[in-house]
Amino acid sequence: MDHAHRPGPWTSALAWAVAVYLVLPITIIIPVSLTDQRFLSLPQEALSLRHYATVLGSAEWLHSIWQSFLIAVAATIIAVVAGTLCAIGCWRLSRRSTELIRALMLLPIIIPSIVYAIGLYRYFATLDLLDRFLGVALAHGVTGIPYVVITVSTALAAFDPRLEQAARGMGASLGQTLRWVILPRIAPGIVSGAIFAFIHSWDELVMVLFIASRNVFTLPRRIWDGINENLDPAMAAVAVLLVGFTVLLLLLDLALRRRRDA
Amino acid sequence: MRRQDAGWWLLILPAFLLMTAFYVAPILQVLAISFSEPQPGLGNYERLFTSESVQRVILTTLRICCLTTALALLLGYVLAYRIALASDSARRWWILAVLVPLWISVLVRAFAWVTLLRRQGLVNNALMESGIIAEPLQLVWNEFGIVVGMVHYMVPYAVLPLLASMREIDPRLLAAARGLGAGRFTIFRRVFLPLSLPGLIAAGVLVFIFSLGFYITPAILGGGKTLMVAEWIGLQILDLIRWGLGTMMATVLVVAILATLAIFSRVVDLRRVFGAGA
Repeated sequence: MDHAHRPGPWTSALAWAVAVYLVLPITIIIPVSLTDQRFLSLPQEALSLRHYATVLGSAEWLHSIWQSFLIAVAATIIAVVAGTLCAIGCWRLSRRSTELIRALMLLPIIIPSIVYAIGLYRYFATLDLLDRFLGVALAHGVTGIPYVVITVSTALAAFDPRLEQAARGMGASLGQTLRWVILPRIAPGIVSGAIFAFIHSWDELVMVLFIASRNVFTLPRRIWDGINENLDPAMAAVAVLLVGFTVLLLLLDLALRRRRDA
Repeated sequence: MRRQDAGWWLLILPAFLLMTAFYVAPILQVLAISFSEPQPGLGNYERLFTSESVQRVILTTLRICCLTTALALLLGYVLAYRIALASDSARRWWILAVLVPLWISVLVRAFAWVTLLRRQGLVNNALMESGIIAEPLQLVWNEFGIVVGMVHYMVPYAVLPLLASMREIDPRLLAAARGLGAGRFTIFRRVFLPLSLPGLIAAGVLVFIFSLGFYITPAILGGGKTLMVAEWIGLQILDLIRWGLGTMMATVLVVAILATLAIFSRVVDLRRVFGAGA
């Protein structure tokens, strides 16, 4: 395609500038996390891993990391099971009422989390779910459903409904059809949804600020306190670890998509 | 036929129950409190017209959101244009540059901006050492800082719908326009821009409604001095225990967002707006 329309040099330069604006501020935390100073700065004389040692040697940080991980796993399970089944049901029935249900499932993306967070603060108080693992996992799981519904619906759009009809026609039960016909075909979509639901919970802060205090102290909560109280380079080390983890999950998603497309 | 459908409805049930019991119910409670506390009635909503601080927060929020939306659309359009016209191999890298920031923790990004922009931050230090400025610039803990951080957060959300609509433009149209003697700028203005307009509107709606209720970035980069709606609501509930006012503002926020969506659902296909993130 040598005759394809290509952007001019000015547009290209501008686009590069935007890409740098997007990526550079995130990469700047890497040298900062390696500083040999005790305050937030670039390394002066040598690179040092002391701030990583501080974080990884701190029981508090490790506890928060572990707790965030467990909550994210529980939330992902809730979101994936509920979201996948819902997307399949809506896809198969496909009528006006299921369109409405699908719109309902998107609400957590549309409505700001601050509104949900203050509502939960009151609602969970009456259910005795404040500052409890179950409460946070439920809140994160329910708000993770939209990501799963979107990715699974996208995967289902490429699925031939006649396969399902054929399976049912040959006498397969609904459970068998799901297990042997539908789920294997949409597995990559489910995995994508699971990754996004996991990242959603792993990074979530606003709800946690309202419905958790002492017992549940997730990683984002500890970072938030760190930013507001003392800006020490250990924060940069945490940030780098977090970015590394997110990038790893995204690469996993990318690899899975490529395998599906191949 | 109906009996056969029952099984499929059963699949929808868990998500529906979870969503109703643990999402819709708390939200409805927020709406209810705004009419019932401290006294039943419309007292809280009266403050929209009488309280200067309420009006100031709303105006600040609208001003920052409009500015953020305009800048994010501008930067996002340039980037999406470049990506849409890139070769297949280059496109993958460009998209990665958009997706990685999209999924990186909003806290990490706000922290990175604080590191760069604060008084003894990297930007001020670099400018002082090179002798361009004598005094550190006030780059953060004000509206400037908020807008820088918010635009940074929103550009990827602008790029995705823009890119989706630009990829639908038939490249043969652009080649034909060039064959007929149009210059690069004319092709863009007369052919490309009009065809990408639906994507531009979708991106604008998405960025605007996301900006309206944004909490973390304005809270960190605003330093408590410039209050936007979300942070103001949090303040009312956690520090001042004024549930009536807080929930009233939350209700106004939700209504504003749903109204924006309702108006623009006539112009753009909203399913595409929210499907584009996947």
